Amino acid sequence: MRWFWYASPQTFFPLAGTIARWCGLAAAVLAAAGLYVGFLVAPTDAQQGEAYRIIFIHVPAAWMSMFLYVVMAFWAALGLALNTRLSGMMASAIAPTGALFTFIALWTGSLWGKPTWGTYWVWDARLTSELILLFLYFGFMALKAAIDDPRRADRAGAVLAIVGVVNVPIIYYSVQWWNTLHQGASVSLTKAPSMAATMLAGMLVMALAFWLYSIAVSMVRVRAIIKERESSGSDPELAR
Amino acid sequence: MLAAVRCIVYRDLLLAMRRRSDVATALLFFVIVASLFPLGIGAEPEQLRAVAPGVIWVAALLSSLLSLRRLFESDHADGTLEQMLLGSAPLGVIAAAKAAAHWLVAGLPLVAIAPLIALQYGLPSDLYGVLALSLALGTPVLSLIGGIGAALTLGLRGGGVLLALLVLPLYVPVLILGAGAVGMAAAGLAPGAQLLLLGAALVVAAAFAPWAIAAALRISSE
Repeated sequence: MRWFWYASPQTFFPLAGTIARWCGLAAAVLAAAGLYVGFLVAPTDAQQGEAYRIIFIHVPAAWMSMFLYVVMAFWAALGLALNTRLSGMMASAIAPTGALFTFIALWTGSLWGKPTWGTYWVWDARLTSELILLFLYFGFMALKAAIDDPRRADRAGAVLAIVGVVNVPIIYYSVQWWNTLHQGASVSLTKAPSMAATMLAGMLVMALAFWLYSIAVSMVRVRAIIKERESSGSDPELAR
Repeated sequence: MLAAVRCIVYRDLLLAMRRRSDVATALLFFVIVASLFPLGIGAEPEQLRAVAPGVIWVAALLSSLLSLRRLFESDHADGTLEQMLLGSAPLGVIAAAKAAAHWLVAGLPLVAIAPLIALQYGLPSDLYGVLALSLALGTPVLSLIGGIGAALTLGLRGGGVLLALLVLPLYVPVLILGAGAVGMAAAGLAPGAQLLLLGAALVVAAAFAPWAIAAALRISSE
């Protein structure tokens, strides 16, 4: 594989289109299958009733929210180290999707919390660190939006993303520790130890669907960014 | 290299001394924010005593944030920063010296005045030591992490609000550990673990933040 061949936005542009098309299609199919398994096949939970079915959206979204921040920081760091234009664009393209999944995880979590815990919000360690993760995404996007020169925005965003990715575990553990200090384990997110195989299958299929969706939508967004930034010349590839 | 550090710390302290009102404003802000809470939540002594560590720490966080803008702004405006970038001293060392000077001007006075706020909130006097120690260990971390944000937002429009958005989430561990140390001591337990972790955070921040600040400064002044 000629990795650096695709490091140029011009050559990557058509490839991104192909990836977006296939990943988007696969994501739609998998999401339909996952939702079918989740809502119609998986059995009702003995303790939580039907409310637990939110995990088919909630858990994969929470996974993606954290994973995408690491991916974003990886691209940002790569851009800073190798000085490639595309890496910064990838980081910008991933950030909104990451923020979206963080928001979805928080939102579905609070919808699940109301019938199960009796409240929309508790200052649980995971909820709090997820909220702070959302702030980190917003900070990254706000910094990029505030800088007019895209190359400078990429590099400044990269420094912030790297500082953030070092901080995420520290924030997570400090919040967890703070939580145990203050209110004890009155509310625990730990699931029942054994999960029905269909539940797990539904969740994994949904996680895969979210993965593919993230890739597809990032590719669409990176194409938009390439067009926006590189549109000065009259490149026939970009005109398509 | 040490001469450069000494020179920059001395210069920044001298500049702060010449503009004493800037320093006083940040300190006054700390006192005012801390005084607003009893007005908002009521003056029951029990309640005030319970929220005191958190309130004092949040006020310290905000006060430190308020003075961060000054860290590089005037140097950037009058071209001194460019000379620092071009000079022979490593930029990371200069950044560390700037952060140290910021702490001496914006952090150390908070350590000194915090017992006064604690007195207002009715904290027992044997907690003053822990409070001051936690602030003494925690506020340099705020200056160092804040320096990264200040360098990144240098010369941007709406920089002040943006700086808060970037930096406040990163301050969370320091807030938790700092307020936690005082809370532990108030509950009659040993605050050693929190203080040690704050010290660890300080060591890590002192080792890595100056280089992040240096990278951010290079990006900002391209």
